[in-house]
Amino acid sequence: MPKVTFIQPDGMETVLETDTGTSVMRTAVSRGVPGIVAECGGSAMCATCHVYVEEPYLDGLPEISDVEDEMLDCTSSERCPNSRLSCQLKVASDIAVRLPETQV
Amino acid sequence: MTAQPVTAAVPELDLDPFSDEFLTDPWSAHELMREAGPVFRLQRYGVYGVARFDEVARVLADHETYVSSRGVGLSDFATEKPWRPPSLLLEADPPHHTKARHVVTGILTPNLLRSLKEGFQERADELVARVAARGGVIDGVTDLAEAFPLQVFPDFVGLPEDGRENLLPYGSMVFNTFGPRNRHFERALERGAKAQEWIMEQCQPGVPVPGGLGEKIHTAAAEAGYGPDEQARLLRSFLSAGVDTTVHGIGNALQCLAANPEQFAALSGDPSLARSAFEETVRFSSPVQTFFRTTSRETELSGVALPEGSKVLMFLAAANRDPRRWEKPNEFDIRRKAAGHVGFGFGVHACLGQMLARLEGECFLTALARHVASIEPAGEPVQQLNNTLRGLDSLPLRLTAA
Ligand code: HEM
Ligand code: FES
Repeated sequence: MPKVTFIQPDGMETVLETDTGTSVMRTAVSRGVPGIVAECGGSAMCATCHVYVEEPYLDGLPEISDVEDEMLDCTSSERCPNSRLSCQLKVASDIAVRLPETQV
Repeated sequence: MTAQPVTAAVPELDLDPFSDEFLTDPWSAHELMREAGPVFRLQRYGVYGVARFDEVARVLADHETYVSSRGVGLSDFATEKPWRPPSLLLEADPPHHTKARHVVTGILTPNLLRSLKEGFQERADELVARVAARGGVIDGVTDLAEAFPLQVFPDFVGLPEDGRENLLPYGSMVFNTFGPRNRHFERALERGAKAQEWIMEQCQPGVPVPGGLGEKIHTAAAEAGYGPDEQARLLRSFLSAGVDTTVHGIGNALQCLAANPEQFAALSGDPSLARSAFEETVRFSSPVQTFFRTTSRETELSGVALPEGSKVLMFLAAANRDPRRWEKPNEFDIRRKAAGHVGFGFGVHACLGQMLARLEGECFLTALARHVASIEPAGEPVQQLNNTLRGLDSLPLRLTAA
């Protein structure tokens, strides 16, 4: 099973195995990893599941859709080139994401 | 590997989910449906039903098999002419739906909603403080739950002051027409006819006040290539779905808080719980109880074969209390992590107004926490029976000002 690494703003790491096809957001929320609010439950409506994807894992991610792009303009913490909505990231292989300071 | 066997044994239920008895108290029937099986048939209407969280979520997520363009009510648009031109959002499938939805998501963004917060909060504070100071018995529905959305929503859209009384009857009509042609459906059509005329007038390009949501939708729709009729129809979705739903959400929240004093005490002690209290209300009370889909092809769901053209009724409210998904599902707990419920739907048709609804709910409940010291029932609440919605007609309460 692929591994998802969540890195808190203070550097603390949580590594979780998850089924292929599960979203990064759902992996965090269902296992109680703090830092992802996901108010809309994965419908790309709330921008409270923002993550920064770590450099080595940026290649091979699905493209950012128009809707995700608009939502990323609405994140509470600054948008960076590696910003993604974790509800739109289905896990295909190992990935590491850094959590922002705030989500709301 | 062989395919999973498709069994024919679908539980047949004799329940009528649109009867007065069911609509008054759906909860025990929901449990019966959940326990009957993952998929069941409602004999009376010849439709399938799903009431467990997993199956409801799966039907919501698979919009190619379970389509909306044949209507999200009992009536199948493939064989029956809809009573009004279908919604470009609710009653459409990708790719048409995708295009229409994108017109709106580009406008109703979290950033726009943040910019509304201060104004909404001021008005909620003003209203709640005034009603609490009045003393005596108040009606939680007309004095609060209707009053707040009816102030902020039409202003936000850019509607005139005159005629706003048409908003609630129109919404209630639309949601009734997703059910069978029962008493509620017929009466709703009668009462809504007058409201419909006013609503359609307000939806015309050029009518809403410049700067409001209405004008923004018209402009963005025009830019996307939609003609005047379609521009009007896009705005119509907001006037149909944007008022009764939030009114019921706020009314149900008041009812839950009055019935659970320890929960109200928690909210008073920490007004920052307001947003999660509203979320829990949407899970617990599900102001939108049900929606239908129609199968676009023969399919299989949890071992049950569904022919093409089957209507499938999703009991969102039952999924939101499925013990397979929720701990102590029948307890109203404002500290619960309620996110992930299906009260706003899920997937491509997920409620477009959900962030606005949350904002209204949060501002209202924050005001309640600030200005009200206690809230007690002062008589029997009266349920408003609607084929789709769950909410109150009246809620007698005694408030003590803080
Ligand atoms: C507590 C309040 C509300 C609840 C419980 C609610 C519930 C829902 C649900 C369950 C759906 C999914 C329909 C489906 O899957 O077929 C939906 C869709 C929709 N809602 Fe809401 N809603 C609320 C408030 C609002 C508000 C305030 C607005 C407008 C500002 C709104 C506009 C819409 C629209 C336009 C759709 C159709 C979206 C589409 O099909 O793409 N709703 N709502
Ligand atoms: S969970 Fe709301 S945008 Fe991802």
